[in-house]
Amino acid sequence: MLKNITMGQYIPGNSVLHRADPRIKMIWVIILMVALFTANNFSGYVMMLAIITIMLLVSEVPVSFTLKGIKPLLIILVITSAINIFTYPGTTVLWSVWGANITLEGLIQAAVIAGRLCLMVILGSVLTLTTTPMALTDGLESLLKPLKKWRVPVHEMAMMMSIALRFIPTLLEETDRIIKAQASRGADFDTGNILEKAKSFVPVLIPLFVSAFKRAEELATAMESRCYRGDIGRTRMKQLRYTKVDRNISLFLLLFMILFILTTFVFR
Amino acid sequence: MKAIVVEDLKYEYSPRGNASPVAALNDVSFSIEKGEFVAIVGRNGSGKSTLARHLNGLLLPSRGTVCIHGQYTNADDLIWNIRTTLGMVFQNPDNQLVATTVEEDVAFGPENLGVEPAEIRERVIQALQKVNMEEHLEHPPHMLSGGQKQKIAIAGVLAMKPKCIVLDEATSMLDPQGREDVMAILRKLNQEEKITIVLITHHMNEAAQAHRIIVMDNGKIVLEGTPSQVFMEEQILRQAGLDIPQVSALYLEASKAGLVEEGRMPVTMEEAENIFKRKFFTWKGRNDADRPGEVRANNQEIISIENLSYVYMPNTPYERQALKEVSLKVYQGEFLGIIGHTGSGKSTLIQHFNGLLTASEGNIKVAGIEPKGKALKELRRKVGLIFQNPEDQLFEETVEKDICFGLKKLGLTTDEVKNRLEEALAITGLPSDILDKSPFELSGGQKRRVAIAGVIVMQPEILVLDEPTAGLDPAGSIEIYRFLDSLRRERQTTIIIVSHTMEEVAQYCERVVVMDHGRLAMLDQTRNVFSQKEVLEQMGLDIPQVTELFYRLNRDNPNVRKDILTVEEGVLELKRIMGGHQESIC
Repeated sequence: MLKNITMGQYIPGNSVLHRADPRIKMIWVIILMVALFTANNFSGYVMMLAIITIMLLVSEVPVSFTLKGIKPLLIILVITSAINIFTYPGTTVLWSVWGANITLEGLIQAAVIAGRLCLMVILGSVLTLTTTPMALTDGLESLLKPLKKWRVPVHEMAMMMSIALRFIPTLLEETDRIIKAQASRGADFDTGNILEKAKSFVPVLIPLFVSAFKRAEELATAMESRCYRGDIGRTRMKQLRYTKVDRNISLFLLLFMILFILTTFVFR
Repeated sequence: MKAIVVEDLKYEYSPRGNASPVAALNDVSFSIEKGEFVAIVGRNGSGKSTLARHLNGLLLPSRGTVCIHGQYTNADDLIWNIRTTLGMVFQNPDNQLVATTVEEDVAFGPENLGVEPAEIRERVIQALQKVNMEEHLEHPPHMLSGGQKQKIAIAGVLAMKPKCIVLDEATSMLDPQGREDVMAILRKLNQEEKITIVLITHHMNEAAQAHRIIVMDNGKIVLEGTPSQVFMEEQILRQAGLDIPQVSALYLEASKAGLVEEGRMPVTMEEAENIFKRKFFTWKGRNDADRPGEVRANNQEIISIENLSYVYMPNTPYERQALKEVSLKVYQGEFLGIIGHTGSGKSTLIQHFNGLLTASEGNIKVAGIEPKGKALKELRRKVGLIFQNPEDQLFEETVEKDICFGLKKLGLTTDEVKNRLEEALAITGLPSDILDKSPFELSGGQKRRVAIAGVIVMQPEILVLDEPTAGLDPAGSIEIYRFLDSLRRERQTTIIIVSHTMEEVAQYCERVVVMDHGRLAMLDQTRNVFSQKEVLEQMGLDIPQVTELFYRLNRDNPNVRKDILTVEEGVLELKRIMGGHQESIC
């Protein structure tokens, strides 16, 4: 199940998008997402489809891998489409099923919503697939820096995020190990009603929590031993830098946005 | 100026509740010169880790002082200086790596010190070169082996340019390969970079490589000296829950028997080889080595495996064949050892014994049951599988509930439950007043025994243990093997252990399975397996130290048997060849 989620994974590479500054990527992804939801005519949809396809191709990430990310979304897609098909008030009735009308407008609306969701996921994937989790947190920390003035613990939040990312695989492994160990001593995870099943996970959760607390304590000790004291006097090895690549990407996307705005809001 | 000066150190802490304070360290005084390599040894709970935490000011003395490179740890403004000059590596490799890539992690220290970005990059590369990990720059830590992670942790310390490194049981969770790697790096750093090394451990073979050993017990220093001086005091060491390297033990026994004259005690293989080789050179031993017969367990098969193969995550890019055509028969009541380097398929194999994994191909029958569907529950009752560090699975409020966790589902009477509980306590040597305590209050060794007791109450016919003594001190390890052996003798329980500690395997197992790259490479009596040093070496495996010694002696003097498994056998062999005694080895 977890294997199917491609969003959040990182595929090493050296494409233009891999080399771009994470801050630039994040800003543009946000802008493009907003654009995706404001698009309201055919040319707008086509433009969005085109730009996201271009980004996907430029990222050099296997297209099939990115598309797999849509799979977990399938249920949501089916449900929203169904709701749209049956409830959208349209006039061109195609079929009548059990008193409900399926209209052409409904079908189009369903396709638009589904397309938007898919494009959104792909756009998000392009960001995470080309950016290491570490770069993402660094970028986020840097973007949110102004909030420090209002005493928002930006550095600490970023540190927490990167530690969480670091320990996800470790804790997954550990969960697997504890489940096996408890099964070996007679724990039964498969039979009984929902309540009993939920209860049967207590022997997994408690050791997992105990170990997580122990890890947290040991990690804090280790960090302290390595002179960590928040961001007081702290430098970074990897400096985020706005380079030519970022300038070119920004220029290109800026041109695209101007075109998009013109077609969507001005010449419609 | 000395690297470390500890004077009259006392440390007290208040245990949970309002009990009176307990002294974890008392009257500890010692000093360490710059460039020295010192081992601090002691059993679990002897206070050695508490001492380590005083060396970089993680803990502050209740009385006395700790002075690092001329700076006192209780001076607030110096603490970051001290932590820069004295780096610390901890036990669990997973819990000290902060970042998601190797380079970022190594950079963490210098970043905290506010070093310029360009210089951090330089330091990171240098540090990784020193631990031979420069190719792993961009790997995520969870893809590395334990030994590699520990080397990254050392690199992380090196990047801060320390004068001294303290390693708090940093090798205890590693396999032999990782351990040897880490030790080699420490020796190199000590010799070439003149970095002071303080190694905290209970592995005496590692301590033997230090210039000086400090022995701790009950929060005090009980012994101090060069390795050969310290190992002479075998009595004190045993009382402190420790042992000595096999070659040193052999020398002690031999000198007691008058076979070698008193002199400098050997602490490493090379020293021992020289001493005993000289002896043999002057002796004309008789050529009458006879092979002793082995005791065979009765011949009833309890596990039978034919052509077992197992593939992890088939039909994905991560597909990996973990077992290839393994065939194996285990007999009731035998003590079987499974050895192999990390990733050779040992863990995958034992998980088939109780049906946690289902064979991709091949037949398997355990205790008369085929591990499938409904039979699994019955199988798991008959086969007790104990993973590494089983104390991590304890979860109930009391020890009693935890031990009885598996029994609940068997529908036994209260009396029967009570009987089984008492029996399990007796076997594992746990006191009965422990039952009402929380398992989380116990010491590491006790926790481990509680976890094992939780499986023994199920009265399994087969008990499978993965690294049962990992992390335990020598005394604790002997305790575990002692009760496993009695379990086998009294209940005819079949015992299967997976271990990296060849000395233990040689001493307790009747037969040994050697796994290599998913194949069963060897299955024979322990003596026959360990006499094939070259074959084992190719698979990245060691042989017990004493076996290695006699193997080397045999090269110069073919009269010497090369299949010696334990120190006791070694002494008998020395007697035979040097003294003409006729005692046989068994």
